[in-house]
Amino acid sequence: MVDSLPAPAAQQHVVLRDLSIFYGSVPGLRNVNLAIPRHQIFALFGPSRSGKTTLLRAINRMNDLIPGVHRQGQVYLGDQEIYAPQTDVADLRRRVGMVFALPSPLPMSIFENVVYGPRLVGVRDRRRLEEIAEQALTQAAIWDEVKDRLHTPALRLSGGQQQRLCIARSLAFEPEVLLLDEPTSGLDPISTARIESSLRQLKERVTVVIAPSSIQQASRIADRAAFLLMGELIEEGEAGQLFTNPRDRRTEDYITGRFG
Amino acid sequence: MIELGRRRTQGIARAMVWGAALLTLAVLFLIIAHILIEGLPYVTPEFLLGSPRHMGREGGILPTIIGTAALTAVAILIATPLGVGTAIYLTEYTREGRLTRFIRFGTESLAGVPSIIFGLFGFVFFVIALGLGWSILSGGLTLAAMILPTIIRTSEEAIRAVPKVYRDVSFSLGATRWQTVTRAVLPTALPGIATGVILGVGRSVGETAAVILTAGSSLHVPTSLFSPTRTMAVHFYILAREGISLEMAYATGAVLILAVLAINVLANEALRRLAARAR
Repeated sequence: MVDSLPAPAAQQHVVLRDLSIFYGSVPGLRNVNLAIPRHQIFALFGPSRSGKTTLLRAINRMNDLIPGVHRQGQVYLGDQEIYAPQTDVADLRRRVGMVFALPSPLPMSIFENVVYGPRLVGVRDRRRLEEIAEQALTQAAIWDEVKDRLHTPALRLSGGQQQRLCIARSLAFEPEVLLLDEPTSGLDPISTARIESSLRQLKERVTVVIAPSSIQQASRIADRAAFLLMGELIEEGEAGQLFTNPRDRRTEDYITGRFG
Repeated sequence: MIELGRRRTQGIARAMVWGAALLTLAVLFLIIAHILIEGLPYVTPEFLLGSPRHMGREGGILPTIIGTAALTAVAILIATPLGVGTAIYLTEYTREGRLTRFIRFGTESLAGVPSIIFGLFGFVFFVIALGLGWSILSGGLTLAAMILPTIIRTSEEAIRAVPKVYRDVSFSLGATRWQTVTRAVLPTALPGIATGVILGVGRSVGETAAVILTAGSSLHVPTSLFSPTRTMAVHFYILAREGISLEMAYATGAVLILAVLAINVLANEALRRLAARAR
């Protein structure tokens, strides 16, 4: 059961229409219809292999990189159909940032990690790059910890710091949407709390779509949430309602820990 | 009883692997020590900076040092871009299929071909057919073909070892495939690629048969890419083989060994510094 679109159409930022994604002949996502509102935190939860990662990677077209993947249906970012032939994929990925499950700094300095994206489009001016780095690192709540060692290798940071650096790196272009795929798995509670609080601040300017590391995390930070199971969207709705009073039996069973 | 048997097996195995390692080290040490002891007394500034007289019985080896450096440089400058390019194609730009298997089969076969065959090919093709004559260019091209498989192989392995997530991160930040290769993949793979290039340097510096057939054995200082030349290894071979001067042969050998050692040490140091910047 998918309920009707929850908010006025203008407020919808990312819309999936009849989206199916196949790995060869194996379906990873089946006929998903979903509307993600602007400037909220939207959580996709469900057991592993439920299609969360596939769904996230459909929004910035990272699935395109996997051989043998094909897609049916549409994804809209605002009013733009992102799989339309005229879409500039690199530009799309600058508008839709992504943070991966494990902290994944590139083997270069903290500074170079943050300005990796801007450098790709030819930003060379030192002062401009420094501005970008400071702004992004501040938004990711890590500026104070790294401002005195921007030019040391990023791999020397702790895991939690590395992940916040990765968030900063994906914010360097001031994207409209930020996709996070279990960003706090393997991190300690303090790092997790920092990341969650920075996401709450970020949603003022960015639409956040997260596959949370746990249901608890989903209920802590999400405004809306959707439950996925074996590639199908089971239920979607306002987070408070979904986690306390789910409509679908399977959602309830998963939330209460009857399977998972 | 069983416990004792197992312990004895352990002991024997340990002794055998220790012995193997020790023997390897001993052989290596003996060869280097022998040549250095026999050769170093004759390595003087005049020897390094002088020109040979009487076919190399007296005088120095400067032309052969220049020849070695030039030939190796040409070989590396040609083989590195070709080899790394092929490796990038195989790993990043195509999927496993008939073509990649064919290329891999080809390079592996090439790696097993004796150098004299490369020399013969170089002589027939570069020296005669293309009319390049005995020259640094002919020799360099031949050596490039010879070391290409090594560079492709090591580069491919180094590129494959780069974590997939680096590519994902790069693409997710809006990079094109080429930007991903040059900015995220190659810098990480550089130490492995450099290992292949250094192996190539070693083989080029030490090669004789293929070089005699393609670059000649002139003792004059080369003046252009089209000059014939003689490398240190060839000089060593001719001095020893034709009984011109065993002392000079050993001295040349000593310089050769020290040069290869120096290249290895310098390259390792450079790589260590490079790695330290990233980690």
